[in-house]
Amino acid sequence: MKFDTPATTNPIDRMTVVGRAHSRIDGPLKTTGGAAYAYEHPAEVADPAYGYVVGAGIAKGRIRSMNLDEAKAAPGVIAIVTAADAGKMGKGKFNTAKLIGGPDIDHYHQAIALVVAETFEQARAAAGLIRVDYTRSKGQFDLAAVADTAPLKGGEPGKPPEYRVGDFEQAFAAAPVKLDQRYTTPDHTHAMMEPFASIAAWNGDALTLWTSNQMVDWTRTDLATTLGIPKDKITLLSPYVGGGFGGKLFLRSDAVLAVLGARAAKRAVKVALQRPLMANNTTHRPATRQRIRIGATPDGTITAIAHESSSGDLPNGGPEAAVLQTQLLYAGANRLTAMRLAVLDLPEGNAMRAPGEAPGLMALEVAMDEMAETLKMDPIAFRVKNDTQVDPKTPTRRFSQRQLVRCLEEGAQRFGWSRRNATPAQVRDGRWLVGMGVASAFRNHMNMTSGARVRLGRDGVVTVETDMTDIGTGSYTIIAQTAAEMMGVPVDSVVVKLGSSAFPVSAGSGGQFGAANATAGVYAACVKLRQALATRLGYDPADLALADGKITSGGRSTSLEQAAAAGDLSAEDKIEFGDLDKTWQLSTFGAHFVEVGVDVYTGATRLRRMLAVCAAGRIINPTSARSQVIGAMTMGVGSALMEELAVDKRFGLFINHDLASYEVPVHADIPHQEVVFLDEVDDKANPMKAKGVGELGLCGVGAAVANAMYNATGVRLRDYPLTLDKHFERLPAVA
Amino acid sequence: MKAFTYERAKDAGAAARAVAGRPGAKFIAGGTNLLDLMKIEVETPTHLVDVQDLGFDTIVKTADGGLRIGALVTNTNLAADARVRRDYGVLTRAIVAGASGQLRNKASTAGNLLQRTRCPYFYDTNMACNKRRPGSGCAAIGGYSRQLGVIGVSTSCIATFPGDMAVAMRVLDAVVETVDATGARRAIPIADFHRLWGDRPDLDTVLKPGELITAVTLPRPIGGKHFYEKVRDRASYAYALVSVAAVIQPDGTGRVAFGGVAPRPWRVEAADALLPQGAAAVTARAFRGATPTEDNGFKLPLATRALASVIAQAKA
Repeated sequence: MKFDTPATTNPIDRMTVVGRAHSRIDGPLKTTGGAAYAYEHPAEVADPAYGYVVGAGIAKGRIRSMNLDEAKAAPGVIAIVTAADAGKMGKGKFNTAKLIGGPDIDHYHQAIALVVAETFEQARAAAGLIRVDYTRSKGQFDLAAVADTAPLKGGEPGKPPEYRVGDFEQAFAAAPVKLDQRYTTPDHTHAMMEPFASIAAWNGDALTLWTSNQMVDWTRTDLATTLGIPKDKITLLSPYVGGGFGGKLFLRSDAVLAVLGARAAKRAVKVALQRPLMANNTTHRPATRQRIRIGATPDGTITAIAHESSSGDLPNGGPEAAVLQTQLLYAGANRLTAMRLAVLDLPEGNAMRAPGEAPGLMALEVAMDEMAETLKMDPIAFRVKNDTQVDPKTPTRRFSQRQLVRCLEEGAQRFGWSRRNATPAQVRDGRWLVGMGVASAFRNHMNMTSGARVRLGRDGVVTVETDMTDIGTGSYTIIAQTAAEMMGVPVDSVVVKLGSSAFPVSAGSGGQFGAANATAGVYAACVKLRQALATRLGYDPADLALADGKITSGGRSTSLEQAAAAGDLSAEDKIEFGDLDKTWQLSTFGAHFVEVGVDVYTGATRLRRMLAVCAAGRIINPTSARSQVIGAMTMGVGSALMEELAVDKRFGLFINHDLASYEVPVHADIPHQEVVFLDEVDDKANPMKAKGVGELGLCGVGAAVANAMYNATGVRLRDYPLTLDKHFERLPAVA
Repeated sequence: MKAFTYERAKDAGAAARAVAGRPGAKFIAGGTNLLDLMKIEVETPTHLVDVQDLGFDTIVKTADGGLRIGALVTNTNLAADARVRRDYGVLTRAIVAGASGQLRNKASTAGNLLQRTRCPYFYDTNMACNKRRPGSGCAAIGGYSRQLGVIGVSTSCIATFPGDMAVAMRVLDAVVETVDATGARRAIPIADFHRLWGDRPDLDTVLKPGELITAVTLPRPIGGKHFYEKVRDRASYAYALVSVAAVIQPDGTGRVAFGGVAPRPWRVEAADALLPQGAAAVTARAFRGATPTEDNGFKLPLATRALASVIAQAKA
């Protein structure tokens, strides 16, 4: 189905199942241990061997020698895989560095060996016996040292490296009110609960790979490229994923090593990447150094806005696109955004939840707060004043839906914003300095081709098959709701099968594009199935109603069981997109409100309450969408207050590479969260009239926390994370 | 993890002899720290002597009105003991400020005293570490040291003792009781129990090989208001940047020890005497001669402010 004109009325609009709260249909499996994750397939793989990954002990250089003798002789060892005996290896489209290092080492903890043994413990013990001698090379590990001189780099291929509208420099110079500030965000790691994990099993030249991955087809393709295996010989299965956050978008070392290990051992091999390797072996969100300049007239009209950001990556990597939202979020006739990309020899950077917008808004939305204060305007009023309903670069191009102002105003009313004291450091509750902050939320919606197969069985059960993944987000449930709505059956008459490369290729999970596109693909397949039913029954396909397990046309009606009595009916289709997303700007909007307390003695910041108001098209399932948003808000708190991969600039690694030293929020940090979804249907997005929402919940949260802290203390912080050491000495004297 | 042998000791003497007689042997109780370190080969014992069957799991009153806490009393049970809560509130508060409920259910009193540093360079076996591999150097010096020590450290090691419970025991003047392989018993004041690193940061405590902790005794209650103020980046399940254990009397005198700053719970009795003069006077004396890094210099003024909060609460 090609979606190239705005959606008209369709069966989804009935909203008898879609749009209604529904508990996860996979919930009981997950809470009872019945959902088998990548590392847990004892029924299919009765006698696996175990792999243990060895990571490089240097950041850059060369393996001079590797002595495997002692490890090979250790009890239980079956095989050891290294780059030397892996054969010629390609590199997947989505990988920057090689997944197996040696003899050249590209980054710290790059995988250099897999030890395969009868038991996990034997593999781990033998791995400790491998002796490696390295020659270290000098590397560049310090973003600050190279950020300002790094070359400009566009976010997308073929686009000029700078985005310009009007004449920013002249307008900024002429602006009566100005802001010119710098902000930094550190490197972040995904820190998902389930580690990267795979089981590989060969059967002749056919490979089955159970793996924890967000993008089944990308990863299957990259695995074929990397190892020179025909793609059609690979079955990739990822039905349950215990968190990914962008880390599991790509083929990673666990999968490649499991496949090579299984080949060498002539046995199925299972590999779970050890937690201490995860921060440096895999991808991370790169640190940024950002500069924002805003010029305005005294009435608060923005006349000039510039956002520049530098980040680093390994050679041939990409930038953290922290400036892109600034092209669209506020009005202003003169505009500039630019990114610089430095070559760093740290582990490779790539997508982490809401890449670009998450760190970009942590800077922009603090700058907006600072500018509002300079203008003596309420921060909400300043944002409202600079709202735009069109793409500032191409004013004929409108947003398909843009309810930013309503999000801000509705949120202000619900949160009690009028009780905020605009003068900082005025509100005290015992030892706590109390403040409120706000930030706009913005994230683009992306269209992705997405396919599905739908089958109506003789029992009246509708089975959906798609390679879409459920990374804890609720995909199973919203797909079931979509099929139930389309076929007129209850949710418990729908069976959803996900995450297999045997199923039609879907959007996959990432970039908040999963829910809307994957359900639109299911919609397309269901439309085809409805037509097939009409054809079989001799009904008019233009006049069909499916409800309560029956299909009705004109005066005739048949139960779905009867319709399928002559044999299962199956249909496959995919949603594909025309250029509506070029005619219209498809984006999602929200507003985040935060109240914090800052301990006047120690400077420790603790959340008191949070509110997110989101406008993101039709919300397919308010329960799972809310879970997505509160999780994202929690991540926003982490990035605001504690998350930081600490770079050791001498040795070139993230040194706090475990969950004791890389802190993420715990329950005690998050006392109260509220989420409100505005009514919105976006007929330009897809037939579901839905857009992404998961990452919107993160975008802007960090800045809202920062702004609340400033309101509490009067001390402005611009370098994340906003830990107590950065401001407590500037708080009121106490001793 | 290296292969190791294992035995369950039947009595304290046998346990002490089993460890003293074998180089590389270690005791194991709750294992909440040791097993994690073994998995990443930071600890590589050749033999484990499990002491869980030795008893030592009761808290009894001593003749002079104090408490004797068995070495195997869990953190959970120690924190919850009615006598501890009533008379030694600083100890309960310190324990519940640490780790998680699950870990406190498993962690023992003796094991908590013996937990090893959380320096990230100690945890990464590719990095030089004099504590893990004597003579290899210290990668933490000149590296990421935000969490590390500001006083009592050396040119060989700037790690801290990371615990909470021991900081409270330090203000209570607890005594660590041990038995060794010959059956000899020692009573070690907690002030002397943890070593300053000097040039032997591999040795955390003054215990001799095979010397087994059997109990920790608390002197009779000293009254006063009890505080444990733990400053950290998140609200729970994090090591202290700085902690303050304090007992403050109605007249403003008292005792104070600091955690997260040194190789041992840091208490300077001469600084205690300055409590009536306020927090700044106390910390100026307690941290005299401190050698912070650029990353962790904030711990000194933070300690002052954390103590100020305690003094303010004591007056309230």
